[in-house]
Amino acid sequence: MLIRVNGKELDVAAVTLESLLRELDYTEAMVATAVNQTFVRRDQRSATPLRTGDQVEILVPRQGG
Amino acid sequence: MSEDKDARPFAVYGTTLVSRLFIGTAQYPSPSVLSDALCASGAEVVTVSLRRESGASRAGEHFWTLIREQGLRVLPNTAGCRTVKEAVTTAQMAREVFETSWIKLEVIGEDDTLQPDVFGLVEAAGILSREGFQVFPYTTDDLVVAEKLLAAGCEVLMPWAAPIGSGRGLNNPYALRSLRGHFPDIPLIVDAGIGTPSHAVAAMEMGYDAILLNTAIAKAGDPVAMARAFALGVEAGRLAYLSQPMEPRDMAAPSTPMSGLAFRDTA
Repeated sequence: MLIRVNGKELDVAAVTLESLLRELDYTEAMVATAVNQTFVRRDQRSATPLRTGDQVEILVPRQGG
Repeated sequence: MSEDKDARPFAVYGTTLVSRLFIGTAQYPSPSVLSDALCASGAEVVTVSLRRESGASRAGEHFWTLIREQGLRVLPNTAGCRTVKEAVTTAQMAREVFETSWIKLEVIGEDDTLQPDVFGLVEAAGILSREGFQVFPYTTDDLVVAEKLLAAGCEVLMPWAAPIGSGRGLNNPYALRSLRGHFPDIPLIVDAGIGTPSHAVAAMEMGYDAILLNTAIAKAGDPVAMARAFALGVEAGRLAYLSQPMEPRDMAAPSTPMSGLAFRDTA
């Protein structure tokens, strides 16, 4: 299934947001997620299905001003 | 300390702070310089952001570990967001990751000046305040916008001095002074455009409660020394404000007593 993750098109096997994080090796990372510009809480990831064309953001802490 | 307000400790959203210098964490030459500069600044609050991880370096994790080790309070930002939706979603994501309801709300309206889109800012501030966020709005020095931000639920205002990263200092001292005069009891933090400690001193002498800056320290030749210089500047400005500076005069007035001056006839 083709989706966009952090702005890049990816062909993934994952069917939920949680399985996508596993597939991309983010299991241990401290990340925040959004699908199609809507925030998805950590405890909602397993219940959040992914569909072709979805735009997923996986963000991490970074320097800021 | 003629007013009760001035005798009270500095507090934002119920959190009392000793340092009146908020520091950004971006653009430092290295993590160790950032760490040393944070120590030298004495800041208790640092701004952070959320970004896509670039590559497999796990740079985000390393950065976050460094900040946590310093034991500082973080103020996540929505830097770069251009719409209300982007800003609100970023704030929601930041609250989960950083485990704080504080959010430095930026809704950028224009590229050359990075001027806030104040219409989007007020709308986003209302949404986030209703969701329980404690919003620190990065805004212009427009007094009417400031009123609307307060009505939207903000309990602190962060007007710019000059465009982000410009280092131009207080572009419109009159407007900043007007804001201070109009909102005597609202915590006001000058955010953006500060270039040198003298700019920070000037804002603090006006009675501003605190200064938020990043580039002026991070891009200095010696960021650690500059961090210390800003800490001293902010403290000096605050003390000067509390000390009630003298009024300027148009004409000279001798400071050395005239009585007893030699070579003069006395009456």
